[in-house]
Amino acid sequence: MTDDPRLILLDPRDNVLVVRSRLRAGDALDLGGGASSVADKDVPLAHKLARRAIAAGEKILKYGAPIGVATADIPAGAHVHVHNLRSDYTPTYTLDSEKGDAA
Amino acid sequence: MTMQGWLRSDGRKGIRNVVAVAYLVECAHHVAREIALPLREEGVHVIGFPGCYPNDYAQRMMEGLCTHPNVGAVLLVSLGCESFNKYGLERVIRASGRPVKTLTIQATGGTRASIAEGRAWVAERKAELDAMPTVEMRVDELVVGTVCGGSDGTSGITGNPAAGRAFDLLVKAGAACIFEETGELIGCEHIMASRAITPALGLVLEESVAKAAKYYATLGYGSFAAGNADGGLSTIEEKSMGAYAKSGASPISGLLKPGDVPPRGGLYLLDVVPDGEVRFGFPNINDNAEIAELIACGAHAVYFVTGRGSVVGSAISPVVKICANPETHRRMSDDMDVNAGRILEGAATLDEVGREIFDLTVGLGRGGRTRSEELGHQEFILTYKSFEPIGPSCLPAVA
Repeated sequence: MTDDPRLILLDPRDNVLVVRSRLRAGDALDLGGGASSVADKDVPLAHKLARRAIAAGEKILKYGAPIGVATADIPAGAHVHVHNLRSDYTPTYTLDSEKGDAA
Repeated sequence: MTMQGWLRSDGRKGIRNVVAVAYLVECAHHVAREIALPLREEGVHVIGFPGCYPNDYAQRMMEGLCTHPNVGAVLLVSLGCESFNKYGLERVIRASGRPVKTLTIQATGGTRASIAEGRAWVAERKAELDAMPTVEMRVDELVVGTVCGGSDGTSGITGNPAAGRAFDLLVKAGAACIFEETGELIGCEHIMASRAITPALGLVLEESVAKAAKYYATLGYGSFAAGNADGGLSTIEEKSMGAYAKSGASPISGLLKPGDVPPRGGLYLLDVVPDGEVRFGFPNINDNAEIAELIACGAHAVYFVTGRGSVVGSAISPVVKICANPETHRRMSDDMDVNAGRILEGAATLDEVGREIFDLTVGLGRGGRTRSEELGHQEFILTYKSFEPIGPSCLPAVA
């Protein structure tokens, strides 16, 4: 569990946290379990952060369920999105301006 | 907690008493729209099918919509040469006891004459419907559907689970509730199947999602729009888990296809993905196609959960807009019936918002109107699809 009011852990099995109010680059983050980090960029409402370091090829878990696989090593506290997470079913379509950095 | 409804000959009751003006090919659309225009704000709604080639699914959808409990009378507007089976549709409507007339533009003498004749007929029916007495209606006589659109990362945390809580309350009260978009349940199929009231139904639920996954894979896109990613959703599985929360926690009593009316209260999955080979393109080209299908299954009202901020309503049945994202709600509050974003800010619980949605739904049968109704939204779209009838495992008998 994280005590950071800006972050939600939806299920104890999850390796991501959901942002409940916008983060600014440089904000200090409490990831729970004694882990801390600093936001590497502005992160909008309802986007995801790595709860701990995630290796490329690991499943990303949200709601306690797999939502895809990490395509790169993701440090704890980093933004988890279409630039480092892909579907196990169908590719995600995004407009060019949203690729990688959706802030 | 009773409502007032209009009793139809099949025993169903409507919470609206609409005159539907239905064009049977795009060539008759303008005339239909002009006929409805003077009484557009008074409950005269335009629906229709644009294609000139016949399609069994479209025929069935139009039959379901024209005999929907919220519809009191129907004017069919035909150009005259299109292939739509207008005689069959008129027969079905007439057999339901509703006033119906087919206006054929080529026979009536063109645009001006058809508009004049259509408007006169609609005004007379409207006056009759306004004088029709209402009867008492109970919650267990309601059918409610749910969709989500313009989803973002908040939808699956606030709006969808809150709609799910409202569904739980409705099912407990004996109502029929329908959730859908099997293409947005990809990744949830096994969890969902475990809630089926029979193992055979569970298999059918899994198969419906497998069909959707294959359909979308063939077309090269998931049911996922660019704005979903902007709002923090990364994959179709993630969107699915959020969308799945709309179904609440009740057991799943059956699988329907567009136009199937739930036989009794309970929770149902609507399979909206066509059967057979991929033929006519994307199963639901936008949210309103799904809303029209839920209404064709008899939905008196439809919950629409949005994070990015949709503004749509629908012809025939009210659409209740549940805004999941507090930032969106601040920007677009005029379009929203429910602010589920309060949950994210700690200002309300899921149970409180679920109860609010339930109460608002009952209120629709006691004179309440939705924001999209007040704003005049009457979107409608119907395109080509093909379906096999549902199989014997889809609606298990209740022990």
